[in-house]
Amino acid sequence: MTKLPKWADMVLVPVISLVLAAAISAVVILLIGGDPVEAVKVMVDGALGSPYGWGYTLYYATSFIFTGLGVTVAYHAGQFNIGGEGQAQLGGLGVALVCLAFPWTHWWMALPAAMIGAALFGAAWAGIPAWLAAKRGSHIVITTIMFNYIAAALIVYLLVEVMRPTGQMDPATPRFGAGAALPGLHDLPGLNLIFTRKVPANVTFFIAILACVGVWLLLWRSRLGYEIRAFGQSDSAARYAGISSTKVIMASMLISGGLCGLMSINNVMGEAGRLLQNSSEGAGFIGIAVALMGRNHPLGVFLAALLFGFLYQGGAEMGLWTNIPIELRLLLQGLVILFTGALDNMVRMMIAPFFRGAARRNAQDRAAAGGVDGL
Amino acid sequence: MDYETLMQLLASTLRLGTPLLFACLAGLFSERAGIFDIGLEGKMLMAAMASAAVAALTGSAWLGLMAGIYAAFVMAILHGIASITFRGNQLISGVALNFIASGATVLIAQAMFQQGGRTPALSGTARFSAIRLPYAEQIGAIPGLGPFYERVLSGQSILVYIALACVPLTWWVLYRTRFGLRLRAVGENPESVDTAGISVVRLRYIALVITGVLCGLAGTYMATALQAGFGREMTAGRGYIALAALIFAKWRPWQALWATMLFGFLQALALRPDVIEGVLHLSIPVPALDALPYILTVIVLAGFVGKAIGPRAGGQPYVKER
Repeated sequence: MTKLPKWADMVLVPVISLVLAAAISAVVILLIGGDPVEAVKVMVDGALGSPYGWGYTLYYATSFIFTGLGVTVAYHAGQFNIGGEGQAQLGGLGVALVCLAFPWTHWWMALPAAMIGAALFGAAWAGIPAWLAAKRGSHIVITTIMFNYIAAALIVYLLVEVMRPTGQMDPATPRFGAGAALPGLHDLPGLNLIFTRKVPANVTFFIAILACVGVWLLLWRSRLGYEIRAFGQSDSAARYAGISSTKVIMASMLISGGLCGLMSINNVMGEAGRLLQNSSEGAGFIGIAVALMGRNHPLGVFLAALLFGFLYQGGAEMGLWTNIPIELRLLLQGLVILFTGALDNMVRMMIAPFFRGAARRNAQDRAAAGGVDGL
Repeated sequence: MDYETLMQLLASTLRLGTPLLFACLAGLFSERAGIFDIGLEGKMLMAAMASAAVAALTGSAWLGLMAGIYAAFVMAILHGIASITFRGNQLISGVALNFIASGATVLIAQAMFQQGGRTPALSGTARFSAIRLPYAEQIGAIPGLGPFYERVLSGQSILVYIALACVPLTWWVLYRTRFGLRLRAVGENPESVDTAGISVVRLRYIALVITGVLCGLAGTYMATALQAGFGREMTAGRGYIALAALIFAKWRPWQALWATMLFGFLQALALRPDVIEGVLHLSIPVPALDALPYILTVIVLAGFVGKAIGPRAGGQPYVKER
């Protein structure tokens, strides 16, 4: 197979995958009697057409950045973490415990504590499958999926039986105090000129951007990151070089779970102000699509999270204003994962002919210049 | 717990274990051929929707079964295209197909029936009804095993008996036919099969077709026998539990039967908190019972009950030497 230039692999493959996924979704919309053009119009209008729409798009994107980064870190260690959903819900539990434990007076005091709670709980929920994988050889994929179901049952139990205040009907914790409420983008000086209405996007967005930088530093500028990537490329070679497999699996999964847990400061603390059932609403799964689409690079994850934020908010608007069910989002998500993660070889084969000529010319040029490369 | 309750529990075990058994045998064929299939869940879901939709439209459970098998077959072929032909990541392909199934089933059901992504409730010939085995009453009168025959084995739908029959059939195919030998070989050492002049790709596709058919039976059973119609996410992780049962059973058919029935028993118990309370004299919260099959799956996977080693070539795409 022709080897593609790096930029084509990083940019062209995901873009073409997205186009293919969108095209199939359009056909499905036509088949179920909808109008794809109208659907796109509603989506763009609802997600990007107003600062209010952007407020939702950025809110969803913030969650997806965290879960996407989580999947990315595990992926570089050769671990496929499908448990982001459960880790995010447990992270929400950590946030709720921290926010309810003290009468917080200022959000900037509550936020670091809540972040620690979220990351610890998320990491712990990833830590058990990681330990079982490293020490007992369990299949990380199936174990993390099982932990999603166990997390859901655990949260239901805690909300219904333990954390629900007496007299309240819906399974949820009490509301957090006003001192634990994060400022939204509409509260920030400067940004409040753009976001004049209350939007769910909040300061967590900036923490998400910092997390992107942090993950980049971790993976490409630290010893642990090197070990993670080396182990992911070839575990036997990494072991031979003296890298401990237990350490890499544990570290990568703990960081991964911590990042997935961290998304809960966005939804639980920043938006809902209390812990609800199914708080993460599938964001943990979307992290898989975001990581694959973003080619497991923090910058790619950031861009892919924005795209999925748009799809998510646009999809919600579409479900509201057209006859197309909101589940189209799930289909699109599945198609993006399929094309970027499993059919990427097919996409490469599709675009390879366009690069064959360039590759040959390159080789000829080099040959004419002395052919040193050939040796 | 009295005898009557035990019989009820066991009958419920057989009912709930059947979709797991179909799915487990489905996974057995693909994994023995060296293809990981996380997508059992999605195939079952698609089959459940397709079978319920067709059964609702035609009033025939058998036509529903055809549709269910076809839907799961299409999903299996998609998995084959991604993971065999294009040598993609089998795990990611399976996960992707599960999401596609989650979305597509609701979209299609909503477009067809406008009932919030469900199919209409099935009744009469649109469902697989209970079959009374011959002499159930006479044999039931015999103390000991008689009531087991009458109340547990008898009175199940035809699909339950098909599932049970699939166990010896799978054993026979796997261990007593030339095809089975090649299938096992292609999962352990595809190079040797290729050297013998047999197409690895073809064998793996055949295995996936069998997987599709069995998942089709599993999904159809869920929608037309166990329940009366399709509802969103109705498979509720059964595809993954079946995978765990497969590992528990160490990829062997008879053990798969016992493993799936064990998980079926746990699910049956989760539906009867009163029985647990009566036997253990302590009340266990319902969410804990719901989580029990998943927790057991984790324990099984961790090898605390015997070490499981899967087919050696599992998960790796086959690249012919050049």
